[in-house]
Amino acid sequence: MNNLLSIVTFMPSIAALILAIFLRGEDRASQRNAKWVALIATSLTFLVSLFILFQFDSANTGFQMVEDRPWLGGLRYKMGVDGISVLFVMLTTFMMPITIAASWRVKRRVKEYMIAFLILETLMLGVFMSLDLILFYVFFEAGLIPMFLIIGIWGGPNRIYATFKFFLYTFLGSVMMLISMIVIYEHAQTTDIVALMNFDFSSDPIKLFGFVIPGGLQTLLFFGFFVGFAVKTPMWPVHTWLPDAHVQAPTAGSVDLAAILLKMGGYGFLRFSLPMFPVGADVMTPFVLWLSVIAIVYTSLVALVQTDMKKLIAYSSVAHMGFVTMGIFAVNQQGMDGAMFQMLSHGFISAGLFLSVGFIYDRMHTREIEAYGGLVNRMPAYALIFMFFTMANVGLPGTSGFIGEFLTMIGIFQVNTWIAMVAATGVILSAAYALYLYRRVVMGPLLKESLKTIKDLDLREKLIMGPLVAMTLFLGVYPSFVTDRVGPTIAALVEHNQTALKEAGRTEAATATAEAPAASH
Amino acid sequence: MVPIILLLPLISAVIAGFGWRVISVKGAQYLTTGVLFFVCLLSWIAFFTTPDTAQHVEIMRWIESGTLNASWGVRVDRLTTIMLVVVTTVSAFVHLYSIGYMAHDENFLETEEYRPRFFAYLSLFTFAMLALVTSDNIVQMFFGWEGVGLASYLLIGFYYKKPSAGAASIKAFVVNRIGDFGFLLGILGLFFLTDAIDFDTIFSQVPHIADTELHFLWRDWNAANLLAFLLFIGAAGKSAQLFLHTWLPDAMEGPTPVSALIHAATMVTAGVFLICRMSPLMESAPETMAFITFIGATTAFFAATVGLVQNDIKRVIAYSTCSQLGYMFAAAGVGAYGPAMFHLFTHAFFKALLFLSAGSVITAMHHEQDLRNYGGLKDKIPMTFWAMVIGTLAITGVGIPFTHIGFAGFLSKDAIIESVWAGTMGGYAFWMLVIAALFTSFYSWRLIFMTFFGEARGDKHAHEHAHESPKVMLIPLGVLSLGAILAGMIWYGPFFGDHDRMAAFFSMPAHHAEAAADHAAIQYGAIYTGPENHVIETAHEAPAWVKVSPFIAMLIGFGIAWVMYIKDTTLPKRLADANRPLYLFLLNKWYFDEIYDFLFVRPAFAVGRLFWKRGDGTIIDGTVNGVALGIVPAFVRLIGRWQSGYIFTYAFTMVIGIAALVTWMTLIGGAH
Repeated sequence: MNNLLSIVTFMPSIAALILAIFLRGEDRASQRNAKWVALIATSLTFLVSLFILFQFDSANTGFQMVEDRPWLGGLRYKMGVDGISVLFVMLTTFMMPITIAASWRVKRRVKEYMIAFLILETLMLGVFMSLDLILFYVFFEAGLIPMFLIIGIWGGPNRIYATFKFFLYTFLGSVMMLISMIVIYEHAQTTDIVALMNFDFSSDPIKLFGFVIPGGLQTLLFFGFFVGFAVKTPMWPVHTWLPDAHVQAPTAGSVDLAAILLKMGGYGFLRFSLPMFPVGADVMTPFVLWLSVIAIVYTSLVALVQTDMKKLIAYSSVAHMGFVTMGIFAVNQQGMDGAMFQMLSHGFISAGLFLSVGFIYDRMHTREIEAYGGLVNRMPAYALIFMFFTMANVGLPGTSGFIGEFLTMIGIFQVNTWIAMVAATGVILSAAYALYLYRRVVMGPLLKESLKTIKDLDLREKLIMGPLVAMTLFLGVYPSFVTDRVGPTIAALVEHNQTALKEAGRTEAATATAEAPAASH
Repeated sequence: MVPIILLLPLISAVIAGFGWRVISVKGAQYLTTGVLFFVCLLSWIAFFTTPDTAQHVEIMRWIESGTLNASWGVRVDRLTTIMLVVVTTVSAFVHLYSIGYMAHDENFLETEEYRPRFFAYLSLFTFAMLALVTSDNIVQMFFGWEGVGLASYLLIGFYYKKPSAGAASIKAFVVNRIGDFGFLLGILGLFFLTDAIDFDTIFSQVPHIADTELHFLWRDWNAANLLAFLLFIGAAGKSAQLFLHTWLPDAMEGPTPVSALIHAATMVTAGVFLICRMSPLMESAPETMAFITFIGATTAFFAATVGLVQNDIKRVIAYSTCSQLGYMFAAAGVGAYGPAMFHLFTHAFFKALLFLSAGSVITAMHHEQDLRNYGGLKDKIPMTFWAMVIGTLAITGVGIPFTHIGFAGFLSKDAIIESVWAGTMGGYAFWMLVIAALFTSFYSWRLIFMTFFGEARGDKHAHEHAHESPKVMLIPLGVLSLGAILAGMIWYGPFFGDHDRMAAFFSMPAHHAEAAADHAAIQYGAIYTGPENHVIETAHEAPAWVKVSPFIAMLIGFGIAWVMYIKDTTLPKRLADANRPLYLFLLNKWYFDEIYDFLFVRPAFAVGRLFWKRGDGTIIDGTVNGVALGIVPAFVRLIGRWQSGYIFTYAFTMVIGIAALVTWMTLIGGAH
């Protein structure tokens, strides 16, 4: 089966096609059919994707299961996975059945809704698997369309504003990326990602409008990609689209947005920015690191004063993504392992949190924290699950949340103790805003008349949460599952980067990161 | 055996928490309690069979990344087994006591079943605490460290309907996290320098750490001092030392058995344990050690002053705990780890006893906690009275001077005071501790006098119905009383006896011989004292006035309490009125809460609001909107069409088109 990756990628869109062609009408039966088709398709995709995981050889740091075929007008259709992407593929296929199950109560345009999510899955999988720049770009950009539609059609009252903002930000990022891609093609004469990763872009300083730019072309290209990925991640200060998008998106949309779409930024840094422009990355590292820790502190403080639950969790997502970018740009084993881990872990935890909000939104149709209080009195199971994800979000050891934060901080401490210190304050702030939210929503006496008849989670909701809880605990107790698969590829990437820096004569950075083992003699 | 001790409470917690509907409420209670007694028995066996060299048992892989390798595992040495005994013994009796104490609770409705949850939390806490004390590496210790924080959070907020409990639980968790912030940075620094996080490797690298200058923040620091200091921040948070102590009194919102187990006997002593566990590092960090002694002694004094005037029975004991923890830190800070662990050990018995007795008083008085509404309870609840008196005799340090005969606190506290005298040459810390001993005696006897003597005050009805607690609560009181009487006399030798006995007990190498030896050859026992550390020997040779000073302080404290609360009961009020500012200062706990609220809490919210409204709103979104203004008109039209649904169809056709095309290409390609 040398088509495995393509099969997994396009299975959901085939289901979407079937829905689009064969399903007619808006009656209850066809709605039910649409949901079941989507659920079965995504579940099958997940099952098939397990073959990718089993076939994957973690010792091999190159790309595996590669498919390479001619495509439109001389372009290539090239897919493959390595240690960095394989787990993102698994995350995506794992999350999608949960997303569909979480949408069971959608009433309006169910067929189109399911089609949008199925297409979205294909496009997201494509992003993580493509090994050709143009192919990547097509998936990357096309992925926005279903997300716009999900927010714009099934979203809240302010959905147009949110979609518009989302569009503007990502559009800005895309333009910068596209320009960089054109420049890349001009220099390297190829769009093959594997070739580009080993292509040596010029890093001689160049003069632009009277300013000398160290790292030259590499820095400019890095910056072009950086804008695109920074918006996606999102990093401070281009994060303000995220809270609005989350607040307006339907629950399942928020889940996919937080759990998968945000990871494309981090993935992009690991796939493009660091291997292709090592010198550019090195020049920009202090800048990126400071943006990362500002995000951690700034958005944590903003989260503290939110009055809308979803917004609060959205801001907390930005803070957690700060750990990701910080870990990546530590450019050492622990930092990047931690960043990968944090992205995967955040996928499960943020999904759990957004679903927690979604479940009570379904009941009360409000996300105002003020409207709740004392839910534990009537919803003990909900209180337990929400507590679990709150603690995971806070990074309690034993949950996956801890491992990511810990590894990224271990990584960054070897590079810059100021950054490490500021990031560590996130440990305090996250506890403050998360527990404060929990207290206002769940604890206290049940006083509000409207809440007196609220029902605890039903079986469907518990079944949705089950796998997320299980994964969060499993990764917290046995994180080697991830680091075993990611580690070798990351190690190769770190080495690739340090060699490139040495050749470019930027050795201070290389010796700084190598100091840790040296210091231990 | 130790892995079994560690995991059984977790298993019983899970069964009790999730399966109580199957095994019934009674089943859940008996299961958790029974398991704890079994585990307690195993712990005592482990204590008496402690191996001479540390044993390591690896259970499972955990975090592996590059050179970082942390596994789930267990380390068995003397420090571990001391803590095992303390934790499981107190926990077992607290479980037993709780069967009686939690039988009825007015905070819950008839239909709400709270008991399985309570017992599951207690057992969960025990597991986390055991994970902390048995861990073989500092990251797993951090796991237990935060795990006990979680259990403490859950149990302080156990009465979730009370807003005050919710507030107290957050405060406990967040203040602890401030400590954890330091702890975490300490771990990062240790890994940076040693490339390892397991204790043995870290200890073997200590000579190297001590000689290293570590660049941290704006300057270079001596690595040993810096890392010891960062770890101490963690210890201070968990053990409620000055500046990070504010959560402990509020933690009394939890049910009383919780206060006894977590906030007196075990969790709060984790900081002392950390310092002792890291003794090889601490020995190389003299400046930090001096600071630890300073903070410890100051905490002992500060908390005792606040305890003098509190009226809530549990808060008095809470401040007393805070103060006693200060003693332990002061001792650890001068390098007297033995006495610090000794006091930790005895304190667990008598403080748990005091709390459980207080719980018995509170149940007898229908959940009244104000000392001013007690009085004359001696004959109504005689067993509780005697238990509390024994606890008080132990904490105030009653014994026969110049002998080793006395209640537990007499031996361990005097050991600390003598060590601190030896370690600081009779300086500030010594005098603080002696004065604190006087205050301890005063507030402890004040509590006894106000509760059990004099006339009945407050609600008559409550006094008439005051009754002795059931056997299931009295048995733990009896056993802990035995501990409070005997623990000091039995274990004086190993903890603070002559050098040989201590060395044998803690498996310490004879350190004088090793001074000349090569650094690499150093063998680390359960605790380590450097070649220059002669605190224990000096303490034993302390002059008579030093040895007798805590005893005299105790007598004075008792005398004043007797005069004020038995002989002339109007005196306290007159004194308070005469020194109103001082009285208010103490009553309001030196205004720490108010100052912190003003300095940290309010600014955090204000800055958050500023960032949100001004930063995100005006600056970032304002800029984006400004940039967008140029292309807005074009988009308005687009959005107009969007809403009409055309775009929807259009986009879908496009996406499906791309998908179909690619699919086709794939299939064609696959055929080649």
